[in-house]
Amino acid sequence: MKVRVQAEDFDAGAEMRALSRDPKVGAVASFVGVVREVAMTLEHYPGMTEKALQKIVDDAKARWKVLDCTVIHRVGPLAPTDQIVLVAVASSHRGDAFSACEFIMDYLKTQAPFWKKEAAGWVEARASDDRAAERWQ
Amino acid sequence: MKVKVLYFAALREQLGTAGEELELPAGVATVAALRSHLRGRGGAWERALAEGRLVRMAVNQDMAPPATAIRAGDEVAFFPPVTGG
Repeated sequence: MKVRVQAEDFDAGAEMRALSRDPKVGAVASFVGVVREVAMTLEHYPGMTEKALQKIVDDAKARWKVLDCTVIHRVGPLAPTDQIVLVAVASSHRGDAFSACEFIMDYLKTQAPFWKKEAAGWVEARASDDRAAERWQ
Repeated sequence: MKVKVLYFAALREQLGTAGEELELPAGVATVAALRSHLRGRGGAWERALAEGRLVRMAVNQDMAPPATAIRAGDEVAFFPPVTGG
């Protein structure tokens, strides 16, 4: 299991290949979030952010058969089309991989301390993200 | 008792500080009580931490509901709802 918060970009293909080396893996599901339209800066809470992401991954492992998982979230200044976040989950079968990947993303959006600031100001949290996380409860 | 208090994102900007070491008066023993204590400073503090504002809190880097107890040496953080991903 790998959880990383970093300023640098990531290679989603390489991260996914790394997850499929175990012969028990039959499925790798992934999500990549990308900066849409306007530049932004991402702030986080060093220490708590990593801890919150680890807890979300642990919760996913308790609910689905997850063999391995990688979560990478970028911080600092980002431009349109830049990658922001990668969640990739390896499992024996696609059902567990798809569900765990979506669960991790939904919880990351509402529980992990990251904040986006655009030129127009701080981005407001959306109620639709809270509802997306609530459906797993 | 002494605690470390941190502020993030919009809240850090509105309050003009990223954090402080704070000696809490007797009776301030939960995150809700600390929020109300800080609001008592008036001005930007009163506005940014007002009852109706959505403010998330954490104690020792875990999300903390308002009734969460605070102990000496704790790290308490205040921040807006998160917007990562």
